[in-house]
Amino acid sequence: MTTAAPATGTLTATGAKPGAWHHRHLIDVDVLTWSEIELIMRTTDEMKGILARPIRKVPALNGRRVTTLFYEASTRTRVSFETAARNLSADVVSIATATSSVTKGESLVDTIRTLEALGAEILVMRHGISGAPYLAAEVFGGHVLNGGDGWHAHPTQALLDLYTMREKLPGGDLRGRKVAIVGDILHSRVARSNIWSLTAAGADLWLCGPATLLRGMDRWATAWSGGAVPGHGRFNVTTDIETALRDADVVMGLRIQRERMQAGLLPSMREYAARFQLNAKRLSLAKPEAIVMHPGPMNEGVEIAPDVAISGRSVITDQVANGVAVRMALLYLLAGAHEAAVGEPAR
Amino acid sequence: MTDRQIMTGDEIRRAIVRISHEIVEKQAGTQGLVLVGIQRRGVPLAQRVAEAIEVHEGVRLPVGALDITFYRDDLSLVAQQPIVKGTDLPFDLNGTTVVLVDDVLYTGRTIRAAMDALIDFGRPRAIRLAVLIDRGHRELPIRADHVGKNVPTSREEIVHVRLAEVDAEDEVTIARQVRSTETTAAGS
Repeated sequence: MTTAAPATGTLTATGAKPGAWHHRHLIDVDVLTWSEIELIMRTTDEMKGILARPIRKVPALNGRRVTTLFYEASTRTRVSFETAARNLSADVVSIATATSSVTKGESLVDTIRTLEALGAEILVMRHGISGAPYLAAEVFGGHVLNGGDGWHAHPTQALLDLYTMREKLPGGDLRGRKVAIVGDILHSRVARSNIWSLTAAGADLWLCGPATLLRGMDRWATAWSGGAVPGHGRFNVTTDIETALRDADVVMGLRIQRERMQAGLLPSMREYAARFQLNAKRLSLAKPEAIVMHPGPMNEGVEIAPDVAISGRSVITDQVANGVAVRMALLYLLAGAHEAAVGEPAR
Repeated sequence: MTDRQIMTGDEIRRAIVRISHEIVEKQAGTQGLVLVGIQRRGVPLAQRVAEAIEVHEGVRLPVGALDITFYRDDLSLVAQQPIVKGTDLPFDLNGTTVVLVDDVLYTGRTIRAAMDALIDFGRPRAIRLAVLIDRGHRELPIRADHVGKNVPTSREEIVHVRLAEVDAEDEVTIARQVRSTETTAAGS
């Protein structure tokens, strides 16, 4: 097997009490059991309740220090994390590496040691290199929460996607529901994390895009058995957009990542749009009540038509709103995972 | 661990009826009264108080549920984040007299957290407190307005309130802790 599952973190939940949280870090969803995902979903429900109150703030993380360290451009994810932390009354320090000592040549390990010495307890990190948060977790004494690393993983996005699907689909259950993810799968950490959580949820998952942007996925799909988490379903890979969209319950567009695109993967943006853009005509193949998702930022007119992005079936702004609640839930759960509770079953 | 019963189902019922009368008497009626149960066993208790008031006053008071988890002062001390059970206050708190209902009053920290949580939802005219058991050992300047039963305890003891809605039967027992744990949730 040449295309292995993404580097899996060690399972700390062995012998763990169901319904409780045992992870010191969250770098990918691949370490989560289904009952832990359910716990995150339930906790997110409560956080949504807080967001609906006149005062959208609780003192749960009062005085705890959350630092965001972003080596890649981001607005929504960073602001979402920082809003989430502030809603829980945490103190937030925000590092944009473009204006930090990183430009003077400071290494990731040095930066993290420095932030820890400055009092960081929870480190929310985005990095362009796949696996960078694992290195961070090795040297950092607190909690690492991955805000996206390279092509590898974007766990909070996968969890907010799952939450939004459960919220919008009748019955709130994904078992047997057809989910089509269309676009630049190759470079997408969102797709990789979603494969874990959506197959765990029992969805009928289809990945679709041009062959050059699906490279390796077919072998991964063949070998897929859920990796570290038993009971995961299989997923499908196709270059035929009509096969992917037919009778789908959920259609998710992914951004064509121009900044990661090597020459030759796509003839042109226009060519991609002509063959794969999520437009009204193609979406008529999906179920009438199907929802349309996109993790943002969108290239409107490339992977998604502008009228689709703002149509009644689009839940893209719900994804953004739910992102704050999911991140509140994860910050809350991680902040409680003390040394005593991690790696050792609770009393 | 030896369990000793300190209230039977009948005694719980009578205490709730008495508290329901006291609440109405203190308010001189039911105008502006709302009941808010603290998760978990305060919620069914608040429902029972509302039912008792309905029997003798003919008025059904609004009942809400309050989860105080996010307002606890020991979140950085407990070994694991407590599981949140849900807040549901389907009414406007402004100008109301809120009667907080809980099963056991112990250190007072739960009530402190509950008052902070309530005030984030609005500005009640007054907040009162009704508890089934007051076991003493307050760590904060808080007292109950309505008490089902005062039970002198030692800190090594645990009071278990069991209610049919949650535990399939009604009774209150007291037990001596065999080993000391750091579970701050005991009897809260």
